[in-house]
Amino acid sequence: MSAPLSSFEQPSAAQPTLDVRGLSTSFYTRAGVLPAVRDVSLSIQPGRILGLVGESGSGKSVTGFSILGLVDEPGRISGGQVLFQGRDLTLLSPQELRNLQGNRIAMIFQDPMMTLNPVLRIDTQMIEAVRAHQPLSRAEARAHASRTLALLGIASPDERLRAYPHQLSGGMRQRVAIAIALLHSPDLIIADEPTTALDVTIQAQILSEVQKLVRQQGTSLIWITHDLSVVAGLADDIAVMYAGRIVEQGTVAAVLDTPQHPYTQGLIDSLPSRNKRGQRLRQIPGMAPDLLSMPAGCAFAARCSRASEACAQEPPSQQLAPGRWVRCFHPGAADEQ
Amino acid sequence: MNQVSIATTKPTFKAQSPWQRGVAEFKGSTTAIVGLVLLLVIVLVAALAPWIVFQNPYDLMQLNVLDARLPPGTANIDGGYTYWLGTDGQGRDLLSAIIYGLRISLWVGIGSALIAAVIGTMLGLLSAYAGGWVDALLMRLVDLLLSFPVILMALMILAWLGKGVGNVMLTLVVLEWAYYARTARGQALTESRREYVDAARGQGIGPWRIVVGHILPNCLPPLIVIGALQIARAITLEATLSFLGLGVPITEPSLGLLIANGFQYMLSDEYWISFFPGLALLITIVAINLVGDRLRDVLNPRLQR
Repeated sequence: MSAPLSSFEQPSAAQPTLDVRGLSTSFYTRAGVLPAVRDVSLSIQPGRILGLVGESGSGKSVTGFSILGLVDEPGRISGGQVLFQGRDLTLLSPQELRNLQGNRIAMIFQDPMMTLNPVLRIDTQMIEAVRAHQPLSRAEARAHASRTLALLGIASPDERLRAYPHQLSGGMRQRVAIAIALLHSPDLIIADEPTTALDVTIQAQILSEVQKLVRQQGTSLIWITHDLSVVAGLADDIAVMYAGRIVEQGTVAAVLDTPQHPYTQGLIDSLPSRNKRGQRLRQIPGMAPDLLSMPAGCAFAARCSRASEACAQEPPSQQLAPGRWVRCFHPGAADEQ
Repeated sequence: MNQVSIATTKPTFKAQSPWQRGVAEFKGSTTAIVGLVLLLVIVLVAALAPWIVFQNPYDLMQLNVLDARLPPGTANIDGGYTYWLGTDGQGRDLLSAIIYGLRISLWVGIGSALIAAVIGTMLGLLSAYAGGWVDALLMRLVDLLLSFPVILMALMILAWLGKGVGNVMLTLVVLEWAYYARTARGQALTESRREYVDAARGQGIGPWRIVVGHILPNCLPPLIVIGALQIARAITLEATLSFLGLGVPITEPSLGLLIANGFQYMLSDEYWISFFPGLALLITIVAINLVGDRLRDVLNPRLQR
């Protein structure tokens, strides 16, 4: 199962698996330039799980697509670096990028109904995915696919391999999609809300299986979701996105227990919890800004209770502690408001 | 009791492919089955023609001019066999001539439709994949071809190429690939926006393999329907061209040419020379269209799933 190490891979404690620096991705539409991702920086160490949290349209999926080089026209990475094990992915040729895609960096998509080709059997699709990166015979590739399915707790994987996607349940299909991502034991997996379409019990099973496998294989994982409760149980670190920017970053404990950014605070307040039983949930007033006509300064200012004149300027990202960042002029715990 | 029933409800996975499902659904229509059986019989008869007929209508030595224009049911002068469908102006047994004519018609129709399908589909996929000026150029060419009256185009091409089975097929391919190309392009553009294509790209699978291995299989259903209907169209077109005297040579008459040959005798009560080849053509076209219509119903995603 262990993939051959290429010359450029020198895993060390110091070098993060992925180091994104100042990444910006924009969509050049007829209506104007749509800055979906603005100046995003994040890094992830080998074996860590990063939860990328934000509401719909906050740019979290586009960030994932940008890292893997899958942004389609009219979208384009307009700035920044994506350093994967020290190599800038934005500078690679299509062929070099393909050698990494699915091999060292894998992606799991949101909807398992859509990500498997409806007219091809599971084995056809998995064998192709194996042979895209490893010179194995069809029989060997098939055996490898079967072993990987078994890793994800799929009973009688050989029978499932002969099935068509429509013959499998949603949870089973997502396990197959995850198995495809795990085929080459990648160093980094980007999971774009893969459990959103599943019911809660299946979601919990898949989360624990993925967590176990990632820990065993030392894979770095970026889990994109809008669901803070999923991240709380799964991830080591959290990055909260709002309107294309990361507004707060840190360990799960730090961000969820002592949120510094008013948006993070608002997200946490809007979740039901044991401590707030019987109280009304607080919601964040207003709506997310239109990316086409972004206000100058802090994008959250219009909805923020702490907003002041200073917020007409774009707040810089400030480091509060190592690995703990917030992008706000008025950081602090909720009580200080 | 309970335990037994639990044990027997173990889910079994029958790997039923989309094709097998399609076949099962196809069987749901009696008319389509009739059409298919009829079509198979026609194809079989045409394929086995040399072993079925009494007379090789292309071998002039076997023809007797004294037997010309005999009505159906007349016995051969030598008494060897009966002309069940009569004879034509050259003394050919019409039944034999029709079966041999069917052969040419089917060969030209199916052959040109298949070649056009392969070429058209490849150009359509190329157009969708390449985009830009390649797409624009190919699609304007398609528009150009589809905007001309088919018969006019065919007459122009054949007047330039000359007669012959090969030339007729070439003409039909030139006229038909555009239909496949336009459909394949449209379908491929739709499919390429589906998430499974992104997923395949995310697996590092190359563009060529994605187009051929992932997108093409999803484009096939509408192309198959077009193919079935285009075969019927090609056969009628070939008959039309032969009727007009621009198709196959007179020594190897297809159905259209047989109809043309009999046409001059229609008013002198010798109806059979045109009528029976016409009937054979009609039955063939109806059979193909019955099958094609059913395929369209079975493979149309809007009516299913």
